[in-house]
Amino acid sequence: MIHLAFPLALAAVLAGAGIYGILVRRNAVLVLIGSELLLNAANLVIVTFDLAYRDRLHGGQVLAIFVVTIAAAEVTVALAVVLLLFRRRGDIDLRAARELAEERDQPSQRTFGGPA
Amino acid sequence: MTTRDVLFLGLSVIAAASAILAVTTKQLVHAALWLVTTLGALAGCYLILGAEVVALVQVLVYVGAVVVLVIFALMLTRAPIGRSPDLDHSWGHRLAGAVAAIAAAGLLGTVLVTAVGWQSAPVHSSPPAALAASLFGAWVLPFEVLSLLLLAALVAALVLTSQGREPE
Repeated sequence: MIHLAFPLALAAVLAGAGIYGILVRRNAVLVLIGSELLLNAANLVIVTFDLAYRDRLHGGQVLAIFVVTIAAAEVTVALAVVLLLFRRRGDIDLRAARELAEERDQPSQRTFGGPA
Repeated sequence: MTTRDVLFLGLSVIAAASAILAVTTKQLVHAALWLVTTLGALAGCYLILGAEVVALVQVLVYVGAVVVLVIFALMLTRAPIGRSPDLDHSWGHRLAGAVAAIAAAGLLGTVLVTAVGWQSAPVHSSPPAALAASLFGAWVLPFEVLSLLLLAALVAALVLTSQGREPE
């Protein structure tokens, strides 16, 4: 027997910490850490309710595994963007990076597939 | 207050404290390490809630892969060792962020806790066989779509990191 209020309170605290991390940090990787905390808070909520409702389809736990998978895919692409930002600018300070798009008159520099 | 409650309270104190430290510390690499502690404590929380496979996946994928990727990114972007003074925005920005975060956490906590009140639920540990039957039975279509998502993420990361280099 577990009282359901405790996991839900922890999830609220984690969500608050994640939101603070996303809003306040200047480094792109630290913003990513904040978003990971937010995803974990959501995971904790759905696993708790899976326990509470004794879901026959185990929806909460299966969706928690899916959320972990999606978070891994998100981190892959987000860190690729961060690396690209670092290559272009030399730092990943989000306050200084105001323009993320490529310049319009320059084609993107691709090294695969032959000449552009 | 059952035994599980007490265990859960202990782990949740660890998880909450390391989450707050992860978003407030002035040292860059320490933030990633506090994230490891948070995710590990959360895996313990999942074990107490009876979700064994979720705890396993959390440790394997989140702690084992995602945090390792984060540390790679910190190393590849020349993260400074030791305290950095400019990791956060200005103090006004930080105050507004703290107000927003406390308001969001308060709202979420109030809604969730008043929805369940002091109810308790019996913990039944779900064996991996039941979860696998559900995952490859009722949830097989999202599972297959997720494999496409992973492929798309892989290709996207490859394309993105092949740009930005000078063509030879």
